[in-house]
Amino acid sequence: MTDQKLTATPGQTVGPFYGYAMPWPGDNELVPPAKAGAVQLHGYVYDGAGAPVPDAILEIWQPDEDGNVSRNSGSLRRDGFTFTGFGRNEVDPEGRYVFSTLNPGATEAGKAPFISVVIFARGLLNRLFTRIYLPEDTEALAADPLLSSLDATERDRLIATRGADGSLRFDIRLQGENETPFLRFPSHED
Amino acid sequence: MGAQKPSGPDDAAESQQTLSAEIEAIETEHKNAVAAGTPAETQPRLDYPPYRSSILRHPTKDPRHTDPETIELFSPAFGHRDLANLESDLTIQAGGEPIGERIKVTGRVLDGNGRPVRNQLVEIWQANSAGRYIHKRDQHPAPIDPNFTGVGRTLTGDDGSYSFTTIKPGPYPWKNHHNAWRPAHIHFSLFGSEFTQRMITQMYFPSDPLFALDPIYQSITDKKARDRLVATYDHTITEHEFLMGYNWDIVLTGGNRTWMEEEDDD
Repeated sequence: MTDQKLTATPGQTVGPFYGYAMPWPGDNELVPPAKAGAVQLHGYVYDGAGAPVPDAILEIWQPDEDGNVSRNSGSLRRDGFTFTGFGRNEVDPEGRYVFSTLNPGATEAGKAPFISVVIFARGLLNRLFTRIYLPEDTEALAADPLLSSLDATERDRLIATRGADGSLRFDIRLQGENETPFLRFPSHED
Repeated sequence: MGAQKPSGPDDAAESQQTLSAEIEAIETEHKNAVAAGTPAETQPRLDYPPYRSSILRHPTKDPRHTDPETIELFSPAFGHRDLANLESDLTIQAGGEPIGERIKVTGRVLDGNGRPVRNQLVEIWQANSAGRYIHKRDQHPAPIDPNFTGVGRTLTGDDGSYSFTTIKPGPYPWKNHHNAWRPAHIHFSLFGSEFTQRMITQMYFPSDPLFALDPIYQSITDKKARDRLVATYDHTITEHEFLMGYNWDIVLTGGNRTWMEEEDDD
């Protein structure tokens, strides 16, 4: 459904110096970690040699536990109560990211719940999109149009692993044998 | 210090000549492909070896074509509670006046159908007039300006417009190769009305002599596409005895939600 009339402005790498500009206090806490239902979403970003990428920055965007898409502002000045659905996290020097968030709900009955992700890094010339699916609803996962278009190993790379403490682990591999499947939407030209 | 011997993937041993030859070869190959009927590229290549840091950081598999799901058809909402009023003026953030050429950069954020992107967050960051970032990893031995953070934020207006008052950034050296210098630029971070439109890019200044030498800028292999990152000097934006004016419009990817009813964000 894209009758595009204007050509999109090209992207460029986020570069190495976003660290004093893009993060803000509480950027990765979509909900306070102590809140009931808070889930730790975490993982590592790796390059094609399997080395952690220490200068990547991730954003997540997701519905709340009931599958509602938040229209609330306030992500940059969190009040501790309003769920905005958006978070940002600069990976640490070991390439690890962490968010405190909620399990996303299904936006429509029978849909597989997932968290939308965009990745920026030094050395990465344009943003990358992917999805973090929850592992539980196997029926919905089997019916998901994206997942069913992938082979089994690729499919598994888009599904987070649930820890005993309820946390979600999801690693991102920019390149290589176990490369994360990245997404291209119909409006994208690259 | 800048004299420190670099090593590893950022090893600055190769000459500009070597890099320029690689850049030119890729551009020529692209030109020939276009002449043979291939559509011109409009976005940077992820696999662009002259930018050495990209070698291990670009996906090798094609992206999976996917229709956006509901969450991806919306974007995070930002409002005036998210920003202080003056965050779009980078010249009044610290104690005194920053040093350098005062400029205004203004334009509009549009979607692919030319419609304004309203009430969305625009973030910028940049080096100071001497080419130095306030960042612990920036080792360039140029002075830090105590009156300049180089960070700005604003929300677009109903017509998609944004405006920043700042200082013209300087070029700065980096370690891609020997004697590598980035053309002066301002980093821009943009949101659309859908998350699929999320992007980060860099705005450049007209006629920069470093354009041809810079592998990040040249990773967009088509000149017409590269030119879209260059602001225009606009004397109607220039203010009498105060600042120089630049215009730069940003177009986001088309957007998939165009067929849906316009929602009311209140």
